[in-house]
Amino acid sequence: MSEQSFIAGGHRHRGNIAERMVHGLQQVMEHALDAEAQSARQGLLQQLDPRIKLLSLLAVLSAALLARQPGSLLLLLGLAVLLGQCSQISLRQLYRQAWLSVLLFSGVLAVPALFLVPGETLFSLPLLGWPVSRQGLYSAALLLGRAEVAASFALLLMLSTPWTHVLKAMRSLGVPVLLVALLGMTHRYVFVLLQTASQMFEARRSRMLAPASGRMARQLIASSSGVLLGKAFQLSSDVHLAMVSRGYRGDIYLLHSFHTRKRDWCALLLAVALPFLIVWTHA
Amino acid sequence: MHIPDGYLSPSTCALAYAVALPFWLLAYRRAKALLHTRLVPLFAVFSAFCFVIMMFNLPLPGGTSGHAVGMTIVSIVLGPWASIIAVSLALLIQALFFGDGGISSFGANSLNMAVVGSLVAWSSYRLLAAGADISARRRVVAAGLAGYLAINAAALLTAIEFGVQPMLFHDASGTPLYAPYPLSVAIPAMMIGHLSFAGLAEMLLSAGLVAYLQRSHPSLLAGEATMSAAAGSRRSARQLWYGLAGLMILSPLGLLAAGTAWGEWAAEDFANPASRLEIIQASGQHVLPQAAPEGLARLAGLWSAPFPDYAPAFIHSAGFGYVLSAVFGAGLILLSLLLLSQLAGKRGLPQ
Repeated sequence: MSEQSFIAGGHRHRGNIAERMVHGLQQVMEHALDAEAQSARQGLLQQLDPRIKLLSLLAVLSAALLARQPGSLLLLLGLAVLLGQCSQISLRQLYRQAWLSVLLFSGVLAVPALFLVPGETLFSLPLLGWPVSRQGLYSAALLLGRAEVAASFALLLMLSTPWTHVLKAMRSLGVPVLLVALLGMTHRYVFVLLQTASQMFEARRSRMLAPASGRMARQLIASSSGVLLGKAFQLSSDVHLAMVSRGYRGDIYLLHSFHTRKRDWCALLLAVALPFLIVWTHA
Repeated sequence: MHIPDGYLSPSTCALAYAVALPFWLLAYRRAKALLHTRLVPLFAVFSAFCFVIMMFNLPLPGGTSGHAVGMTIVSIVLGPWASIIAVSLALLIQALFFGDGGISSFGANSLNMAVVGSLVAWSSYRLLAAGADISARRRVVAAGLAGYLAINAAALLTAIEFGVQPMLFHDASGTPLYAPYPLSVAIPAMMIGHLSFAGLAEMLLSAGLVAYLQRSHPSLLAGEATMSAAAGSRRSARQLWYGLAGLMILSPLGLLAAGTAWGEWAAEDFANPASRLEIIQASGQHVLPQAAPEGLARLAGLWSAPFPDYAPAFIHSAGFGYVLSAVFGAGLILLSLLLLSQLAGKRGLPQ
């Protein structure tokens, strides 16, 4: 998972294998806990109905995919910044958690497009003499722009909505109940297993006197994964027994208490208008 | 290998969702029938396990490090259907929370890593470890090779999805609108990294885990056999599904074939100088009549297909028409298959 978000986070940390693993695992936990704290604040997006936010996110993603001009993508990015500002989500957060990580991953992929896409040459690189084509520049800008817009809006949704509300919204939009329950439990157990893994590496780190050799580090990772697999299996059996003993017979019930107001419908209308607007401007 | 949003066109994303959907439904039905209520915590915990395992960076010879996806070990322990669901759920959480892989490309990511990865891992492990004892060394080697093959199959599919974008989606000036690299660039770029580092990481981790489980939890390695035993009666249907999946996955490859297939010439091809030259070259410089044979010209107009040359008349982009035709064709095949299995079920025939 060294793509996207985690490039900016844990993997630059130096040290022995156990230290790096503990640091990386803690970064992920912090990342998700930040999102939970952020969603409790008062802001424009936090006050909208989660169902509307989810539908609007899909509409904006479609708009980003349909956009064929870097200008349209820039406007969408501006909208993300504006919404973030109105929802107490700082530019720094957008930059650190979406823009930088997407830039590091997508940027690496987009740069060769400047030289590889054939077309009208704009200029050549000073020392290497590689020609940069107008089409290549345009293509790289579209690629990067779409990835940045999509990541920004997905981050805005996750930072402004508690995970349980996202799940409820999915349920009320017709996502099968079992899938919603699975997603909810998976999210919960990601933290349980992250904590377990983190403790396992912490315990190992406290017993290590010198950095592990490559072979030893590989053995350590394989045996830790094995222990984690065994623990995961044990955990699922325990949870199953606990669920059955509390009356679980295969049906899952969720409480619903969402209410849409006028401003929710206005937000949805605006979001759904975006893809149409983009198609209309390109036509 | 996690494709972000914006690298694949909306129609490719839709096609990927359409191809992944029957596998999700089948995986869910198959696993539910086998596990009943146990499946809920089992899938959730194993999805979480896949998520966490993707964070375990394995130090590789040469000073680099790579991470495994985890589909191999989940396929070996729980079977391919559970693995499809577990890896897909892990990918969804990654896309939503960490921007790792896009939301629009979630179907494609699931198809590559969860569906193809799991099926390749499971089938190659079963093939290579067939008949081996639980504690046999062959199981370790089989798991390593299965992991290596699975991650590379997933990477190859990702590269093809990237590589067909510039052919299908570009504007009037030829600027690619989505992933800009042709297959000649995308395939080596993806495969070099996966044939070396990522493949090695999945191989070492899968083999290491099986070796570890042989010593400490041999029951987990035997567990898979009990889970798939009940599905044995549906083996013939499974083969059919595999064949269908292969066809659907390979459908964009049709775009790569240049020119008309030999012997499939239209009546007007005989009059077109460029097509004539092509036909003569393809036929070993054989002399071609000046006009189309009379019978061919007469019968050619008998039936006008709604999607001639995989491009419906109302769609002006040949590429988009091709993708749409692939979805339409796949849908028709699925529908007929479902109808046939329904009919067979009603008549009491083995499914």
